[in-house]
Amino acid sequence: MALVDDRSMTMGRAEWTGGSASVGDYFELLKPRVMSLVIFTALTGMVLAPGGVHPLLGFVAILGIAVGAGASGALNMWYDADIDRLMSRTARRPVPDGRITASEALQFGMVLSVLSVMVLGVAVNWAAASMLAFTIFFYVVVYTMGLKRRTPQNIVIGGAAGAFPPMIGWTAVTGTLSWESAILFLIIFMWTPPHFWALALVKSEDYARAGVPMMPVVQGAASTRRQIVLYAALLAPIGVLPTVLGFAGLTYGVVAAVLGAVFLAFSVQVARVTEGPEARKAAMRLFFFSIGYLFALFAVLLVEHLVVGALAGV
Amino acid sequence: MADRDLIELTPEQKKRRRARSIAIALFLAGLVLLFYLVTIVKLGGNVANRPL
Repeated sequence: MALVDDRSMTMGRAEWTGGSASVGDYFELLKPRVMSLVIFTALTGMVLAPGGVHPLLGFVAILGIAVGAGASGALNMWYDADIDRLMSRTARRPVPDGRITASEALQFGMVLSVLSVMVLGVAVNWAAASMLAFTIFFYVVVYTMGLKRRTPQNIVIGGAAGAFPPMIGWTAVTGTLSWESAILFLIIFMWTPPHFWALALVKSEDYARAGVPMMPVVQGAASTRRQIVLYAALLAPIGVLPTVLGFAGLTYGVVAAVLGAVFLAFSVQVARVTEGPEARKAAMRLFFFSIGYLFALFAVLLVEHLVVGALAGV
Repeated sequence: MADRDLIELTPEQKKRRRARSIAIALFLAGLVLLFYLVTIVKLGGNVANRPL
């Protein structure tokens, strides 16, 4: 039996277009691909943190962080529906596509934001929950509402939101912040600009049409290419810091050094090849490589730590 | 309000609403189970520590 009668809505037909979304449409609002990276980096932060956490509480922490990240994605799609509609990459998202109304996305995002923070606070600790709340605020209010449409530094500063998850994971275990988790933050923070600018070089017309002041739109492709190289040159040594500072092993250090050098080489390639389809190919190669780079770094950190831990326990 | 102004859901909309309702029900049931298990874990050995 339906709790609400099929005809109990009293709004006119023309005024109301909601209520037709599938469960899958709502899932899409959570930006599942971004969520997978958040889960992975948060898990690495948790595993690397000293001490331990009950597996169930660890699961709840990851769940809370993942849902919080998904909620930020939903709120981002609510606010950005007008510009998402204008860009080929985002036009098929549920809100611009008309499958979910803006207010449905807003409600969904708000409910999940509050729930994720409350669950993390009650089940794990309030330090991690506060950081999750701040991350959601940072991504939605500071980045989406504040920076994205105003400055070409949007993803540089906004990148902090994507860099917080390993710190939240770490704090979920220890209840406090530490410089080791700040290094994990720094790796993602420095990775974000070259990652997004590589895509922005290819999609700059999209961003220009939507009026989003991405670096290639505002300062041109040449300046963006130079800055990609600069960030890649900074990222390569920062990637090795966990080994240098002693909280990761030699395997990680070697992998991070090699992949950092390849990242830099691909970035230099992007800076050198500036015309035609080859330029586009170089930018997309850097974009996809950057995703693999971050996954690989955190995977090696994670596996190395688990293997060393297992061997020490033997 | 006149009857013609009311919304009548199409069979497809009804199907999707049902799916959404089931998803919400499962989510809430999962949350209840999660809170139950978290409570047990947090109580730990103290669960037996009470006056008989």
